[in-house]
Amino acid sequence: MALTNYLVPALLLLAAASALRKRADVYGTLIEGGREGLKLTAAILPSLVMLLTALALLRESGALDALTRLLAPAAKAVGIPPETVPLLLVRPFSGSAALAVGAELMAVHGPESLIGRTAAVMLGSTETTFYTVSVYFSAAGIRKSRFAVPAALTADAAGFLAAAFFARLLP
Amino acid sequence: MAMTIIWMGMVAAAMIYAALHGTGAALSGAVAAGAKQAVELSLTMAGSLCLWSGFAALLRAGGLQRRLAALLSPLLGRIYPTAARDPETMESLCGNATANLLGLGNAATPLGIAAVRRMQALSGGRAATDEACRLIVMNTASIQLLPTTVAALRAGLGSASPFAILPAVWATSLLSVSAGLLAARVLQKWL
Repeated sequence: MALTNYLVPALLLLAAASALRKRADVYGTLIEGGREGLKLTAAILPSLVMLLTALALLRESGALDALTRLLAPAAKAVGIPPETVPLLLVRPFSGSAALAVGAELMAVHGPESLIGRTAAVMLGSTETTFYTVSVYFSAAGIRKSRFAVPAALTADAAGFLAAAFFARLLP
Repeated sequence: MAMTIIWMGMVAAAMIYAALHGTGAALSGAVAAGAKQAVELSLTMAGSLCLWSGFAALLRAGGLQRRLAALLSPLLGRIYPTAARDPETMESLCGNATANLLGLGNAATPLGIAAVRRMQALSGGRAATDEACRLIVMNTASIQLLPTTVAALRAGLGSASPFAILPAVWATSLLSVSAGLLAARVLQKWL
């Protein structure tokens, strides 16, 4: 799609223009924000090292392939690439583990392969459900979570199915 | 604690599987390769992450966040009719939804928590209200206009157009949020 080619520079320009209108120091703001990005990178590096090491162990031992084979029939039946099953399993529990599994899938199969794209769409359109639920409920002092978890997991399941479907439609 | 279980489980499963299938020779190489891959990935992602964090800072400076919140207010009022009667709750709700849309996760969480606290304080109960649950569903089903971390990941791994997945991400998010809200509507009668 040609439109997405212009999206990024157009967004950057729009944000810069709106900040300029408020008489903000545009370049200084960019640099200040960029520093936050560097902090974010430094913050995720250790967990990526630990999780990608554990994932490499799982892959080289053959356990990851075995798990994929085991769940392949069920995944195929609902139209999800079997290779992305490990991603579905960790997504609701850990954001950094999901990022590591997604990175692994994209590195092995290529970012523009169907598997790589499906993994990217899954990562981009779902959240770390259990973490979010526990943060919200503990911060607000709620004892009974009622239907929050089943409804949130329904959203996740719908997201995974839709990701597999829409990734296929991408040009 | 959850991460401890996940990580130890992964390493233990790899060891046990390798011992049973005689693939142990590959394990020591895997440790070095995994660690190296993580550092390389972080370095290649760092550029995009810096750029998009700078972009997020511009959005805040330009007041775009506040304008988007005003735009969302009528829609959110329909999802949260009770909360809509209280301006303070509504302000946090709009701020939370806007920050989520713009991918400012660090800004979204405190605002969302403030909204849930206020909802619970007004209801006076210890069980989650229907609308508090709805807010949590909206937050667990990430609706992001620009999934910048995933785009950074794709760019780092050599994708020529990291944002080419946008239409699929939007369609998927919309569907998953709708499914979550629908499930909430159905389940709220029983749970």
